[in-house]
Amino acid sequence: MILSALAFYLFAIVAVFSGVMVITARNPVHSVLFLILAFFNAAGLFVLLGAEFLAMILVVVYVGAVAVLFLFVVMMLDINFTALRRGIKQHLALGLAVGVVLLAELIFSAHALAPQVVAHAGAVTSPGEATNTQALGAILYTHYIYAFEGSGLILLVAMIGAIVLTHRQRSGVRRQTIAKQIARTRAETIEVVKVPTGHGI
Amino acid sequence: MEIGLIHYLVVASALFTLGIFGIFLNRRNVIIILMSVELMLLAVNINFVAFSSFLGDLTGQVFAMFVLTVAAAEAAIGLAILVVYFRNRGTIAVEDINLMRG
Repeated sequence: MILSALAFYLFAIVAVFSGVMVITARNPVHSVLFLILAFFNAAGLFVLLGAEFLAMILVVVYVGAVAVLFLFVVMMLDINFTALRRGIKQHLALGLAVGVVLLAELIFSAHALAPQVVAHAGAVTSPGEATNTQALGAILYTHYIYAFEGSGLILLVAMIGAIVLTHRQRSGVRRQTIAKQIARTRAETIEVVKVPTGHGI
Repeated sequence: MEIGLIHYLVVASALFTLGIFGIFLNRRNVIIILMSVELMLLAVNINFVAFSSFLGDLTGQVFAMFVLTVAAAEAAIGLAILVVYFRNRGTIAVEDINLMRG
């Protein structure tokens, strides 16, 4: 029990610290790397909560895909980041005020809500019945099948949208168009010219 | 030393507040704003999973998975728009985006 408490505090402190570093780091590449660290620690928290499947999804999907996408974009675009940091001071006070108020409200409502939730807690699924992944699959493919299909549709639309947005036809690039090559006929490529003697063409 | 629901809720609210604060702090840099949104969604997911675990109800974890899906789609589309915007204007300062009318 003490070990899991220690693990919780480790994951929580590192997650919050890397969250701070995400928004304050000067170099956006460092921001992305701290975001990855935050995701890893959140995955650790998920494991502590008994949601192993979501923890693995978080590592695979987020660290493997989304964070690397961020990294790609940060490195691909040649952006002057120091110019973007101009005027960071003038928003600091307002941001701090809103943040402190919001944090106080959230923690206050959590303190008010948590005892009720724990009091109404149903039978916690005992370990040994089915693994987390099995239980999640059993509920996801039956009760939530339409929502699941809908989320697949969202991903498809997002993929098509991203491709349509970023695809461009560069001018001045010569590409092989195989259809055009195959469609060539003898008549349009070969021309028989009658050359008069003593003259050129 | 018992870790209860409240501990997880406090961590999630700290991460959510950091996301809000990041949006205020980096108003000009869209990449950091997108990362802040990711942080906020992560905090929401921690809330979902914590409630799901302490209530013994798997619905929260299913919903957290849907949140992950939507967040991935949002990041992809947002970064695609960012790349197109950068190609057209050579900068990603958010303040100039209202010039993109019509």
